[in-house]
Amino acid sequence: MLLSGAEIIMECLLREGVDVMFGYPGGAILPTYDAMTKYPQIHHVLVRHEQGASHMADGYARATGKVGVCIATSGPGATNLVTGLATAMMDSVPVVAITGQVGRAAIGTDAFQETDVTGVTLPVTKHNYLVTDIHELAYVIKEAFHIARTGRPGPVLIDIPKDVQNEKIEFVYPEGEIRLPGYQPPNAANDDDVRRAIQLINQAERPIILAGHGILMSGAVGELRELVERAQIPVALTLLGKGAMPEDHPLVLGMMGMHGHAATNYAIQESDLLIALGMRFDDRVTGNLKTYAVNAKKIHIDIDPSELNKNVKVDVGIAGDLRTVLTQILPGVEAQQHQTWLNRIRDWQEDANERDILHTYDGTGMIAAQVINDLWKYTDGEAITVTDVGQHQMLEAQYYPHRRPATLLTSGGLGTMGFGLPAAIGAKFGRPDEEVWAIVGDGGFQMTLCELATAAQENVNVNIAIINNGFLGMVRQWQEIFYEQRYQSTPMFNPDFCKLAEAYGIPSKRVTERAQIQEAVEFARRIDGPVLIEFVVVKEDMVFPMVPAGADLDKMIRRPKPTERKK
Amino acid sequence: MSECESTKQTVVALVENKPGVLNRVASLFRRRNYNVDSLTVGRTQKPHISRMTIVVDTKRANVQQIVENLRKLVNVIDVRHISNEPHISRDLALIKVRTNDADSYNQVTEICERYPARIVDMGSKVAIVEVTASESVVEEVIEKLRPIGIVELVRTGVVAMGRGTRIHDTQYEPTFGVPVNGTSNNGVLI
Ligand SMILES: Cc1cc2nc3c(=O)[nH]c(=O)nc-3n(C[C@H](O)[C@H](O)[C@H](O)COP(=O)(O)OP(=O)(O)OC[C@H]3O[C@@H](n4cnc5c(N)ncnc54)[C@H](O)[C@@H]3O)c2cc1C
Ligand SMILES: Cc1ncc(C[n+]2csc(CCOP(=O)(O)OP(=O)(O)O)c2C)c(N)n1
Repeated sequence: MLLSGAEIIMECLLREGVDVMFGYPGGAILPTYDAMTKYPQIHHVLVRHEQGASHMADGYARATGKVGVCIATSGPGATNLVTGLATAMMDSVPVVAITGQVGRAAIGTDAFQETDVTGVTLPVTKHNYLVTDIHELAYVIKEAFHIARTGRPGPVLIDIPKDVQNEKIEFVYPEGEIRLPGYQPPNAANDDDVRRAIQLINQAERPIILAGHGILMSGAVGELRELVERAQIPVALTLLGKGAMPEDHPLVLGMMGMHGHAATNYAIQESDLLIALGMRFDDRVTGNLKTYAVNAKKIHIDIDPSELNKNVKVDVGIAGDLRTVLTQILPGVEAQQHQTWLNRIRDWQEDANERDILHTYDGTGMIAAQVINDLWKYTDGEAITVTDVGQHQMLEAQYYPHRRPATLLTSGGLGTMGFGLPAAIGAKFGRPDEEVWAIVGDGGFQMTLCELATAAQENVNVNIAIINNGFLGMVRQWQEIFYEQRYQSTPMFNPDFCKLAEAYGIPSKRVTERAQIQEAVEFARRIDGPVLIEFVVVKEDMVFPMVPAGADLDKMIRRPKPTERKK
Repeated sequence: MSECESTKQTVVALVENKPGVLNRVASLFRRRNYNVDSLTVGRTQKPHISRMTIVVDTKRANVQQIVENLRKLVNVIDVRHISNEPHISRDLALIKVRTNDADSYNQVTEICERYPARIVDMGSKVAIVEVTASESVVEEVIEKLRPIGIVELVRTGVVAMGRGTRIHDTQYEPTFGVPVNGTSNNGVLI
């Protein structure tokens, strides 16, 4: 079959099972947009800014585990993707980005809209390609999808000159196996490491599992649960590991780290064995490395060998796929009780309960914790929530317990404001059967609010909850604690968010009191299509506990108990 | 001090001979804040494979991290930390020294007799000395020549190879891009 490069791109996407892609046209990618007219099986979503396209592809991928696809033109189109690629890179999300490039003869001449896109994206992609020979195109696309989704997933970019898109060749799809000599992700563990890990697990008196994003990516949820229940080991979750175990399970302690639960952080510091599964000891998780779980032996299982001993020195480091390795370890793990240890953790939890703002708040205005907890209640705790970055993100992690994998989608490693709305749109395309909520701050929402038009044009059924505190809240919190309340550039003028929604034809409601939350949530759930709810909350609120950056993990700033406050 | 105890470690990487590969390796070292002492790239007996010898200063990053991060690059086929095994390593220097009187000329020839060095270019005012040896011997020669008057100096950086039957090779044959006539863009890997 004689096909153009552009048609080959579409043929290859079809064979990868792509059903939707997010993008924005322009000169250098026009041949491929024209080819789209012949491939109606692949739905193209027109975004309003290419950053939105990369976040939508990311949200789609996080929600489905499949590769998300975004597409843009050369120069400014491609550079606008960069933030989304960096976000996906940090959180190991499989994305394939396709960009148009100026014609081969013009490369290197500072041609109109020419940017060295493979150069620019080199540090923020798992791998990238500039295709200069049409005979390689199909191989490259096949390799790109393979690299994006296997091993430690990540974004892959393919830059394709316009004349390669136009050139025609006799097309034969490369059916054979992919041969990448320099790319062999590890899989199983060696027997010796398995034996040593089992021994440590069976001997531990105060073990704790640190469950990360890798559990979700390897599909090891069942194996994790078996390990946890048989050996009665409490589980702490990273922000991206939420959903690895149902949070209403008695052995699940919730999030660890900077804004994690106090009991969880105390337990980590006092444990005698850390079992780190598919998490990378981010500095928001460990605090001061010198004092981090100093009395604990450490087992670390991660598919990326360069993560082992990177931040935390471990006793047993296993490079392998979690599901495979846990399957190797499980037969050796003995049933245990750990009753004293679990009781000790219960005491910390009770103490934390007494400080919980949900039970102790006696102010007048509505607070964000109430909004998020009520949202949890009125969505039966079953929605896919997609957050932006800031206080509301941490409060979602604390007050919206998740039961299932891939139901909290959030930018963890890069902390990209503007992620929430577009990622939620992408997630809804991936999981049309699920209820999807974007939970965003008034600051971050305004970074990508242009995607309201995309949501309206596509009639995407996402519900948008804006937590409006009139501040760049998380930065204001740091200014309050570390900069003597000098609120430089954090108070914000905001538009009337409901009128804004109206301008896009999107139904909306403003909620100012807790009593109105239920009705507003139900209103949003009833409507098929985008809905915006603005929650006006107390301006100067704090997220506690908080481990100041670089401090010891158990040196948290905590909310005082009411009894302590009265004194 | 043997090389294993020093903070300088030698790593050898077999890489695909494709455009952009050197950039990927250089970008990795910059991004991860690794300190490169020297980096050489050259062709091998196979046109599609190039070989890099990288000497890294491991004061800041441990060599295992460097090796694992190199392995993560898709175009890097195989990496060995060669300081751990018996190996031969060679550095080459061209050193231009002032030889405008008989005394300095005699000193230079004397040094060349004692070391694996020789005069490869002789003029009335200067001579070029070539020395090929391990890095430390090259440094010794440089120090010996310094008082005579070095006016120009260039070094290739270290190349290394495991001894005996420790063969560092790959069975990989590429689908595309086998350079014609066994040459590869004149060995340029940018
Ligand atoms: C404002 C803000 C505050 C934050 N506060 C916190 C906090 O308090 N607590 C917290 O936890 N986080 C917090 N974060 C997020 C934090 O920065 C990190 O993003 C997060 O801790 C990373 O979690 P992770 O290591 O589980 O996931 P990732 O960073 O995605 O790492 C996943 C790991 O799993 C491995 N992996 C992938 N696939 C497999 C497989 N098949 N088998 C085995 N391993 C695999 C990968 O190689 C990788 O090492 C915060 C972020 C922001 C923006
Ligand atoms: C693109 C980007 N710029 C800046 C920051 C730094 N930052 C982190 S949280 C935050 C404030 C977020 O404010 P808002 O969106 O209103 O959410 P809130 O914290 O009030 O819930 C800022 C500015 C960031 N994470 N991302």
